[in-house]
Amino acid sequence: MAKKTEDIAIVGYAQSPSYRQAELTEPQFLYPVISEALERAGVPRREIGFTCAGSCDYLSGQTFAFVMNLDAVGAWPPISESHVEMDGAWALYEAWVRLQHGDIDTALVFGSGKSSPGKPAEVFPLQMDPYTLTPLGADPVSLAALQARAMLDAGKITEDEMAEIAARSRKSAVNNPYAQVKGDDDPAVLLKEPYVTAPLRKHDLPPISDGASAVVLATTEKAKELTDHPVWIRGIDHRIDIHQPGMRDLTESPSTRLAGKNAGVKGKFDFAELSASFSHQEKLLCDELGLGKDVEINLSGGPLAANPVMAVGLTRFVEAARLIAEGGKKRGVAHATSGQALQQNLVAVLEAE
Amino acid sequence: MFYCRVVGESQERLTTHTIDFPYTRTLGPVFSEFLTGMRDGKLVGIKGRDGKVICPPTEWDPETGDALGNDFVEVGPGGVVTTWAWVTEPTPKHPLDKPFAFALIQLDGADTGLMHAVDAGSIDKMSTGMRVTARWKDDRIGHITDVTFVPEAG
Repeated sequence: MAKKTEDIAIVGYAQSPSYRQAELTEPQFLYPVISEALERAGVPRREIGFTCAGSCDYLSGQTFAFVMNLDAVGAWPPISESHVEMDGAWALYEAWVRLQHGDIDTALVFGSGKSSPGKPAEVFPLQMDPYTLTPLGADPVSLAALQARAMLDAGKITEDEMAEIAARSRKSAVNNPYAQVKGDDDPAVLLKEPYVTAPLRKHDLPPISDGASAVVLATTEKAKELTDHPVWIRGIDHRIDIHQPGMRDLTESPSTRLAGKNAGVKGKFDFAELSASFSHQEKLLCDELGLGKDVEINLSGGPLAANPVMAVGLTRFVEAARLIAEGGKKRGVAHATSGQALQQNLVAVLEAE
Repeated sequence: MFYCRVVGESQERLTTHTIDFPYTRTLGPVFSEFLTGMRDGKLVGIKGRDGKVICPPTEWDPETGDALGNDFVEVGPGGVVTTWAWVTEPTPKHPLDKPFAFALIQLDGADTGLMHAVDAGSIDKMSTGMRVTARWKDDRIGHITDVTFVPEAG
């Protein structure tokens, strides 16, 4: 029988602005983010028990580029550290598992990425099957467009709804100082724009962004010592669907459904921060997680407003923690995704004390 | 390859990094069959545990993870578009250098979709459920880009 897991809390968090093109290097814009998260947590750098990062060497175009990001952490005297070639949300998962061991009581997690120096549409096909999909240049926008068309054909969404999701995200982002794409757009006007990759228009796509976010985690006892407002991770799970886009029903996301079930997504939620990088994916995720109209989705603007790849999923945790610790919200869902067309999904339930 | 040189009289330094992956590997029993088929102008799928035909073929059942016997089946060359996306501005990595459709194509005799390019000429020629057929290159090398698809005549 599985041992019951210990509740881990978010006790510090921070994010950088989402830059269209950061002149700073990745360690340079990471440094203030990590410092702010640690200060908020009240944990000195040297007392952190474990550090875990999420980033993508393919974006930097250099193997082991992630090691340079440790300049923003400080690795002398030597620290206990790990890295995932995934979004920072998966680094958070690794740190959450590490804290279950019980021999340390804090962990620092960060995610960062600079998409602007390269061409994401040419870089990301490298994550696909190397024989059947990478040689076709199968890019995230085309794959998302295949999914959107499948949903439109199945009657699971309309182009009007997609424009409404985009307009609402941009409007929510007006209040988010870190967001990149914001404004008051009329969905009817957005729908007059041409397709970028039909059936997706520009408003259905995430922006190209550079940025970073960081979270400090603590065990139950340590969290209570550090803060009166811990944000509890009550459940967390991640699952993967089949890689080949033609071998699964793109209008569904069984991995999201299963991760949500295992993370304990049921009952009432005030809000959800979802890594819906394309407008139609918000509807799909809400359906799979059973989130109704009473749940406020992406109050931050979400990935349609700020999309620092490799940090964008961890930023959902940052935004969720901010809403609970500072915004008076009680209970929310944080979701991160990886791969194409929602292939891999991580879901967590976050709660106030 | 790594080198560094001083440019002209200035102290500006130019560094070139060429990332190389100098390995060769075999494709294994299943992808060898698939890509050798490509070279020979044939589309090859594999039978899953439940009898369904999977194309592109996999070594493992995508649903259960069970190892599959090497029970290959020729599929296509025609098939049905189950979903599609119209690429207005192809990247240099795409198989066509003019607007085209990416599509999931359920080849005749297969039960799954193959992602590939459809050279339809215009978005107006594309629709879900339409039939397409393989268009083979003359100089085939055993590569997924040995083929593209076109709308079926008539």
